[in-house]
This record gives sequence, structure tokens and C-alpha cells, in this order.
Amino acid sequence: MIRAEHLRKFYELGETTVHALDDVSVRIAAGEMVAIRGPSGSGKSTLMNILGCLDRPDAGTYELAGEDVSTLDVDELAEVRNRHVGFIFQTFNLLPRLTALENVELPIQYAGGYRARQRARQSLELVGLGDRMRHQPNQLSGGQRQRVAIARAMANDPGILLADEPTGNLDSRTGEEVLQLFKSLHCQGRTVIIVTHDSAVSRHCQREIYLRDGQVVAAPSPEAAVLMGGGA
Amino acid sequence: MMFLTIIKVALKSLAANKLRSVLAMLGIIIGVWSVICALALAAGAHDSILKQISALGTNVLMIMPGERGSRGVMSGNWQNLKIEDASALLKITQVSHVAPVVRGSVQARYFNKNTHTSLLGTSATYFALRNFKVQYGRSLSDADCDAAARVAIIGPTTAKNLFGAEFTWGLDQLVEVNGVAYRIIGILLAKGDQGWFNPDDQVIIPFSTAMHQVLGITYLQEIDVSAQDESRLTEIEQKATVILRRRHHLFGDAVDDFNIHNMADVLDTASTINKVLSGLLGGIAGISLLVGGIGVMNIMLVTVAERTREIGIRKAIGARQRDILRQFLIESVVMAATGGIVGVALGIATAKAITAAQSTFALVVRPWSVVLAIVFSAGVGIFFGYYPARRAAKLDPIEALRYE
Repeated sequence: MIRAEHLRKFYELGETTVHALDDVSVRIAAGEMVAIRGPSGSGKSTLMNILGCLDRPDAGTYELAGEDVSTLDVDELAEVRNRHVGFIFQTFNLLPRLTALENVELPIQYAGGYRARQRARQSLELVGLGDRMRHQPNQLSGGQRQRVAIARAMANDPGILLADEPTGNLDSRTGEEVLQLFKSLHCQGRTVIIVTHDSAVSRHCQREIYLRDGQVVAAPSPEAAVLMGGGA
Repeated sequence: MMFLTIIKVALKSLAANKLRSVLAMLGIIIGVWSVICALALAAGAHDSILKQISALGTNVLMIMPGERGSRGVMSGNWQNLKIEDASALLKITQVSHVAPVVRGSVQARYFNKNTHTSLLGTSATYFALRNFKVQYGRSLSDADCDAAARVAIIGPTTAKNLFGAEFTWGLDQLVEVNGVAYRIIGILLAKGDQGWFNPDDQVIIPFSTAMHQVLGITYLQEIDVSAQDESRLTEIEQKATVILRRRHHLFGDAVDDFNIHNMADVLDTASTINKVLSGLLGGIAGISLLVGGIGVMNIMLVTVAERTREIGIRKAIGARQRDILRQFLIESVVMAATGGIVGVALGIATAKAITAAQSTFALVVRPWSVVLAIVFSAGVGIFFGYYPARRAAKLDPIEALRYE
């Protein structure tokens, strides 16, 4: 599903060059549920942006669903995001003026709008919000908002769900519910990637890719993590 | 994304900031409003000038005595146009009618009714030449002129002044003109006031009577010549010049002691002046429309800045640059076009109100000016909306998503 080889990404910060990603290779098979974990500044956001086709690597190749996407232009990348990637954000990122249903319709409309309303409704029913379709985001609880966001991410039935700290703004109980939702989606055969700094979250996943200083390293044991001041 | 959906999205986001949208539209509204009013004013002026000139007959040459001096000042002999000159002009083959004209100012009296009016002495041909129609009674005849008969045709306004609102009984009555009795043989069909001159308020008598019995002159003040075909006017003008110069014994470098006015030229000049007028007025009004466009651009820039995060979200879920561009472009076009439509409505209402409030001049809103105003305001929306929309489209999704 995902084959990223030798990804590099630099940022110029004044005089110095920051290696956000320094020779990162990642392979994720279809249907896997994987956590990308690391302390802040480890490059996990950069990796997520590249895996989610929001950004392009400065070097390395990236193959998504059998297609080399590292050479695509911005509009082609937008189409890949639209078809293959469903984003879920820490702050939900729903459009405040639209209803839950309209929010979920958006990616379908950008894909061409075929039966948008009906497909958006199905997607919302899948996350258990069939009775909240006409609500605006500010009329919904945090957990409900995140479920709307998940419904939106799945609206075009993408191969990958890419979640960035999906439980970060939720209390532990609703966070647990959202993670359970991801698990059930994973059980239905979807690829789920969760970016987090929280080992409690990554424990729900089948495996974990641990990043530090822009490189993939073996995950530290919980004890070491405590000593290093990172992780949970 | 489908077109209707984008329009709906645009209306929704405009509605979300009603006051701001209305204020931004206000510039366009006022701009279009003034464009419509300015063009309506010019069109009204054009129509009224055209009507007045047409009422005088466009197929007419007017020959006046006197030299056309430097700087348009006329000088020289004023008494050299004779009735024989008029007869001689009739020999030009392309001419259909020739009418001698003398004018004066007279007092008309019928018992205790007294009115000051203008006198016109002419021949029977004048009526055809100048589009005058006799509504009641008869026109002048050649016999009237040959006999210098004391008969008169009066305008409806004069008739009203002498005989009251139901003036038709005035036919065949004797009216004193400067103390001498004239029989009223006809009453003109109303033509309408033309501003500088009211053709409905005059007394028309045979030129012979007017010259010898009222004014005491032996010369003509004007000769009107009409062509069989309007396109022959210039040709007639040349031939008339030759004939009159010979008759007045002007040879070589001698300056004409008469001058010829071509009504078609006057009409052309009036049209040209009017085009300049509407260009000027429309241009000035157009500038305010342009200023309105800058207002739209300003608001669109603010909107794009405010909605950076929304743009980031839309891009993350698959909006291409052209989707974002189209969304904001349509928003500004909808805003400008709505302003344009409101402005047109206000302009039409203003034109109607001003026209209804007084009778001196009319404002005429032409359909093409409405189309022009709406198309132009939509164009302003595209032009001034493009830069903000492009800015939105080019935003980096990652930066935009991070924007608070």
C-alpha cells in the first residue's frame, strides 16, 4: 500500500539546515493499523504530511497504491488525497458553517459529486451519527465531531485513514471510543495510520514506527522513554 | 465540484457576513447606479434633441441672408434675399419644395382676448416642408399668396388663448393682427413645445401679406428648401450656392452674402455631441464602478485571510487549486453582480422618478445600458476577485492548516 524509500526533507532555519526527515523508509501493507510515534520535533508531522500527499519529499521515492506520487504536481497530489487518503486531525477541522452532512459531502463533491448526499449519509451512519446529520459542528460534542471527521475521511472510501493525534483534544473515555472506531474500521480491512506521541494510543495499533531526530529507530522501552522524558 | 453547489457556497458565505458583503457591494451599487443614471440622462437628451430637430424636418436646407463672417459672426447685407431667389431655386431638379419665410412678433386680439405671439409669413409649401399639419380647416393656398389675402392659420396654443379650450368654433372668425382683421382659415395640429420655440403658438399668414402689410419689408429672412431625397442635400446646397451667387452678382473671390444651413448636418453634430456627452458621463460614472471594484477586492482579501484554515481543510480533503480559485472568484462575481443588479434597479427607479417629477427632460434607460452595466460589474468582480482568489488557491495546505 505504502512504499516510501529514503525520504529526506530539509528546512532552512536561518543559517542552519534542519533535517526533518533523514533517510526514512517506511512500508505499510494494505489493511495494517500502524502508529507513527515520536517526541515533538522528531519529524513525525513531516512524515505524515508526505505520506498524506500534502507535501513532497526533497529526496526519496514514495509509492502509494502502486503509483509513484513523489513527482506529481500540486493538483495531481490534491486528487490523490481526495481519492486515496482520509485525514483526521487533532482539532477535527470541520467547516463551522456547514452541517455534519455537508462537511462529509465535501470530499465527494471535489471528486465529482456523484450521489454526494446519499454517500455522505451512509458514511455518517457508519460512524453512528445517523441522527446528527443536520447539526452544525458547534452543536456536537468533541467525540461526535471527531466521528464526523472520520466519516468525512471515509466519504470517498480511501485506502488509507491518516489520523494526526486523533484523541489529543478528547477526554480519555471518548478518546477510547474513537480508537475503538478506528479499530473496527481496521477490522473492516482499511489501512489506518495514527500519528501520536502517546504510547497509550500506539498500543492499540498492530505495530509502531518510532521516529527520533528525523530517523526511524527502534522504539524505546517504556522505562527508557521515561528516562528520556519523551513518550508517554 | 458542481457549478450550482459553488454558487450556493458563495451565497452562503456572503450571507454569513451580511453587513460586510453589503458594504462591499455598496461601491458597485453606487457605481452601477450612477452609470445607469448618467447614460439615461444622455439618452434622454439625445432623444429630445432628435425629436426637436426631426420636428423641424431633417430633409431641409435653410438659406439665411448675410455673410458667414469670421468666428461664425454674420455680417453684411441682410436685405438681399428676394422672392425671385426662391423662385429660381425651384429650378434645381432635385428640389421638391421651396418656401419663403419672414417672421415677426405681433399682437393678436379677438374681442377681449389678447395674446402676444409670433408671426410667420410663408407659402403653401412650408407646411409639407416643415411637417406642419392643419388639424381643422384648410392650409394656405397659392391663391392666398398671390392675392396677399388676409387669412391666417394659427397654432392650437394661440387658438386656446383666443377662443378658450374648445377652440374649434374659432374657424372663420375674424382676429385682429396688429389691428388688422384676418380670417382664421385653419388651426394647426399640436407639435409640442421645443424649448427655445413653441410651434403651437404662432400665426401663419401668406408671405406677401406679411411682407407688405405687416412688416413693411421687401426681402425674405429665410428660404427653406427641401430635397426629394435626403442624400441629395449636399448637391442641392452646391447648386443653390451657384444660382444665388450669380443672381447676387458675386464673382471670383467675393464672399457669399448668404449662408446655407443643412439640417442633416445639424443632426449629425447633435449626435456627435451627444456621443461625447454619454461617453463623458458614462466614463465618470464608470470610475466610481472601478472604485467599487477595489472595495470588492479589499473585502475578498480579508475574506481569504480569514478563511485560510478553511482553505487548508478544503485542500487537505482534495480541493485542487482551480477548485479554490473558482470558489472565491464566483464569490466575488456573485457579490459584484448582485451589486450590479441592485444598482440597475435603483437606476431605473431613479430615472422613472425624475422623469415623472418634472416635464422638462426625460431620463431614458436603454436596454443595452442595463446589459452593459451588469456585464461590466460582473467583469469588475472577475477582475478584482482574481488576485485574492489566486492568492487563496496558491496557499500551501500545510501552512494553511496550521493557521489559527
